[in-house]
Amino acid sequence: MNMESITPYLILSAGLFCTGLMGILLRRNIIIMLTGVELMLNSANINFVAFWRFNPEISGVSGLSMVVFAMAIAAAEAAVGLALVISIYRHYRTTNPEKLEDLKG
Amino acid sequence: MISAIAAMSLRNLVHCVLCLAVTFAGIALVFLQLGAEFIGFAQILVYIGAVSILILFALLMTRGGNELTLRQWNPGHWLTGTLVGLGVFSLMAVGIYKSTVRQASLPSATSDTLHSLGDSLLNQFVLPLEVMALLLTVALIGAALLASPDKNQANQSNTRTNTSGDS
Repeated sequence: MNMESITPYLILSAGLFCTGLMGILLRRNIIIMLTGVELMLNSANINFVAFWRFNPEISGVSGLSMVVFAMAIAAAEAAVGLALVISIYRHYRTTNPEKLEDLKG
Repeated sequence: MISAIAAMSLRNLVHCVLCLAVTFAGIALVFLQLGAEFIGFAQILVYIGAVSILILFALLMTRGGNELTLRQWNPGHWLTGTLVGLGVFSLMAVGIYKSTVRQASLPSATSDTLHSLGDSLLNQFVLPLEVMALLLTVALIGAALLASPDKNQANQSNTRTNTSGDS
């Protein structure tokens, strides 16, 4: 792979995104679905850093700032999501989202 | 690296989380290779150190007697999900290969990234930084509140939840 070009990074990011997407669509466990969300956020971060690095205007660091903020939001999301999972597990004794059908019409 | 990512489809859930940690390490290496040292080390600290361990703890705490029910696969559902995933990937790949950003050449390496990053965080992005601190505080309090046992149940079943949480 030619690392002087931006293409391998973008392809890697797209692959990671779709892996996370398929994890969300296919797995039947809330925690694994949350890890899929984390993978998708990470792929977005790779895109940010790659475009920052390949930017000809060398002085800007906006891409890195975006990555810092995205990371903090991802950490907050993971904490709240896992707390929700634990709370749901206390009530329903399951982490399978298809079993949670109290609000089903 | 992609192989560790594709291991998201493993059967054993603990193996899934460990492969996720390997994937995060690979992403951190990509960041370091791209010259973003701060982001790379923050990735190692935040994701490998905190998020993976948090997910592992939640996974171990929610291991009930319903492990076997996770094995049910709906073939039509599976096929649809795979098609959607591959479709999105092929769409992205076509977009990448057709776009003009492929001609972007690698500029010479930056020297003072960390200094300018801190400078811009405290000048240009100071309001988002404060909002982020507030959001993290709210998320921490909310997570602790959500995961704490109910008050009316806590009095009578405190010891029971403690022992079941340990097992």
